[in-house]
Amino acid sequence: MTQTFAIGIGGAAGQGVATPGDIFAKIFSRRGLHLNAYNAYQSIIRGGHTFLTIRTGPEKVTNMGDRIDLLIPLNQDTMDRHFGLLSVGAACIYNSDTIKPGSTTDGVQLCPLPVSKLADISRNKVAQNTLAVGAGLNMMGIGFQALETMLTEQFKKKGDAVVAENVAIARAGYDYASQNFKPFDPPLPMTDNPYAVLSGNMALAMGGVAAGVKFYCAYPMSPSTGVLHWMASHARKAGVMVRQVEDEIGVVNMAIGAAHAGVRAMCATSGGGFALMSEGLGMSAMMETPIVVIDCQRAGPSTGVPTKTEQGDLWQMLGAAFGDYPRVIGAPLDIGDCFTMIPEIFNVADRFQCPGIVLCDLLLSEGRLSVDPRDLNFNPPIDRGELITSNGGSGSNGANGNYKRYQITESGVSQRAVPGVPGHAHTAATDEHDEDGVLISDEFTNPIKRRAMMEKRMRKQSGIEAAVPPPHLIGPRDADVTLIGWGSTYGVIGEACAMLSEQGISANQLQIRWLVPLHGDAILDILKAARHTIIVENNYSGQFARYLRSETSYVPDGHIRKYDGEPFMPHHIVESVKEQLAGKSKLSVPAHEIMV
Amino acid sequence: MATATLTTKPLTMADMKGKADPDWCPGCGDFGVLAALQKALVELQIPTHNIVTISGIGCSSNLPGYISTYGMHTLHGRALAVATGVKQANHELTVIVTGGDGDGFGIGGNHFMHTMRRNVDLLYIVMDNQIYGLTTGQTSPTSRVGMKTKSMPFGNIEAPINPITLALAAGATFVARGFSGEQKHLTELIKNGIEHKGFSFIDVFSPCVTYNHDNTYQWFRPRVKKLEDDTSFDASDWTAAMERSTLWGEEIPIGKFFERTDVPALHAAEPVLNDGPLVHRDLRLPTDVTRGFIEELM
Repeated sequence: MTQTFAIGIGGAAGQGVATPGDIFAKIFSRRGLHLNAYNAYQSIIRGGHTFLTIRTGPEKVTNMGDRIDLLIPLNQDTMDRHFGLLSVGAACIYNSDTIKPGSTTDGVQLCPLPVSKLADISRNKVAQNTLAVGAGLNMMGIGFQALETMLTEQFKKKGDAVVAENVAIARAGYDYASQNFKPFDPPLPMTDNPYAVLSGNMALAMGGVAAGVKFYCAYPMSPSTGVLHWMASHARKAGVMVRQVEDEIGVVNMAIGAAHAGVRAMCATSGGGFALMSEGLGMSAMMETPIVVIDCQRAGPSTGVPTKTEQGDLWQMLGAAFGDYPRVIGAPLDIGDCFTMIPEIFNVADRFQCPGIVLCDLLLSEGRLSVDPRDLNFNPPIDRGELITSNGGSGSNGANGNYKRYQITESGVSQRAVPGVPGHAHTAATDEHDEDGVLISDEFTNPIKRRAMMEKRMRKQSGIEAAVPPPHLIGPRDADVTLIGWGSTYGVIGEACAMLSEQGISANQLQIRWLVPLHGDAILDILKAARHTIIVENNYSGQFARYLRSETSYVPDGHIRKYDGEPFMPHHIVESVKEQLAGKSKLSVPAHEIMV
Repeated sequence: MATATLTTKPLTMADMKGKADPDWCPGCGDFGVLAALQKALVELQIPTHNIVTISGIGCSSNLPGYISTYGMHTLHGRALAVATGVKQANHELTVIVTGGDGDGFGIGGNHFMHTMRRNVDLLYIVMDNQIYGLTTGQTSPTSRVGMKTKSMPFGNIEAPINPITLALAAGATFVARGFSGEQKHLTELIKNGIEHKGFSFIDVFSPCVTYNHDNTYQWFRPRVKKLEDDTSFDASDWTAAMERSTLWGEEIPIGKFFERTDVPALHAAEPVLNDGPLVHRDLRLPTDVTRGFIEELM
């Protein structure tokens, strides 16, 4: 296992947890350290308890990990909640004027900061935060210059005096630590390869821009709102029209309108908003107008727990809108993949003129990850399929009377002319229609034509299946246990596999990225050769397990599930696997030890 | 909305005919609205491929299939949201939305209000028959108190909305009322509405001869009075328009209640669209722009 270092910063919302978090993240990523950050918070603007975990290391850090090396409690509540989690080698930096430490555990270093002696707290309300950041960086063996640069960037708009004041406070914390606290061993390394740090929501938005999205609309809903915020603040530079709409019904219909006129259009929401969009998805399918809808899952049902994560919307996606229609559903594996998947799914949606759904979740949407900037490819392949546009599309199909928008073809795909192209006027209808768009729903129903149109649309499914790759096994082919996951659990399952191997249990991983189409045969081939299979997912009923069984009849040996709102930590999976291999259980529901 | 002139042979009424014939009941008011719309488009000579006619669901919402423009026959109540997207993606298109009172004021009421406040540049024609027709005769948001329908067999006890008052209150920049039985007058209103740069709303009395036996042609004909014939009325005066909008009974005003031209349409207010329609843009962004996006993350 590679070495990582994790910092936990906690306090009430409004106490300034985010700023030290951002400073640490920037300093790490600029030094060529990878990082993963997860913020546990509540639906409250001031108060409550916010707990940010930043885990860093020289190699890719895929999840929050199991251990906190440095705890920075900004209030007594945070100390009381989390001090007990610390183990040998860890340290806790706290304001000794206002916070009483927990009872000391062997090997845990207490680092009290006499804040009122080190800074003028009447002038600077967040002095304790800045002092702690300075002290922490000293203990990690990072030179002061990195922090001075960050503080200068952060406060330069407020003038030189504010910069100087904050640098002086940070310096006081830094120097106090060097005289009074024991440094961590070994110090954090440094490489010459700085990383970009971004949230999943930023990645989804930028992925959209890379895909050529020109119209984005949304109604604010946690945890998807970050996509709207990035799009809105970058709209003018990116040439994207961004609209905040009255509700998600309006959102999906507006996006379909823009897509129908010929642009790539995207929208994001969470489960509740998606529920309002479902009739619109059926329209996208029936009119054969491609759009991409992102669902950032949160803990449901109903309003549920808006600030907590879950993988509970799978069946809503599978069953969204009535009737049968072709669709493509992808679940990004990590924050970098949130970027990569958007251009890919737009190409599939455009080629097959159907809705594309991206199934993300709060863990990725609001988490932060270091990504190699070269992996943010703003020049991905773009395939708009059989599109006839006013600015020189591929079609040369004849004038009015000859052009059939819904021409029956072997692939099920027909040439799509957008309004404004002479000679191709037609009506796109949500009613069942004939090849030329004329309704066969009201006055002239016709079972033969209806069947032909259903089969035309549904034939697109085999093309979609060929367009998205099947999943593959990660790790040794012959392993004691095969862990199956989908979407955002990719990183934590991977780390659990590595931990199991270190403990003498060989493990491999099958992670599903494309949920529809599923490639059931390829999955069966892999699972039939496995010795012991366990499905890991962040929901109550085993939504993926039920889906896999419905598509393939496959039943795994066991399940690991979590539905408390918090993500899996690697040890949750490791301990559950051991319990199941020992024959003690077929369903493990690990308890979340961190009270957030 | 742009009014381009066709360089080839002029459009005639025959060119406006769609791929299907209307399936409305004989005598339906919607025939008159379709004819007035086609006549208005012929008079404006806008190339049919630059027009998109968009509807929701209902008897009147079948209209896009009966006209030779591009068409979208969308979901019940959602035509205005779809049309907003179409217009923002390609603001060079002339966008016309058609539908009924249930579609627009009932299930689509939320979009109606917000499309008006956004001043989306489109013409919205509501064929208002004060009844649900396609579902065989239930109460609509504009059905009068006391009207007996299949859903309120003992008489409607809910007050109807007043579409004109509502549109004025919501900030619509062009508000008018027509009558299917007044073809020439309606044609002029439609032309005026298409040429208005912003949201244009025309509520049209379009009698349902099958299910509404209260608000018939015979009922409307003696009551409708053209605002244009009243020399004391000024359609730029919002307060006067509000006052006239509440008149109902022996005398019901039709015509243009209100128009203002000082509010930019949504697409005109959005600087992103200054460089022309989105649909004509390159999907790729310049490298210096995308490099800037990445640098923000470093």
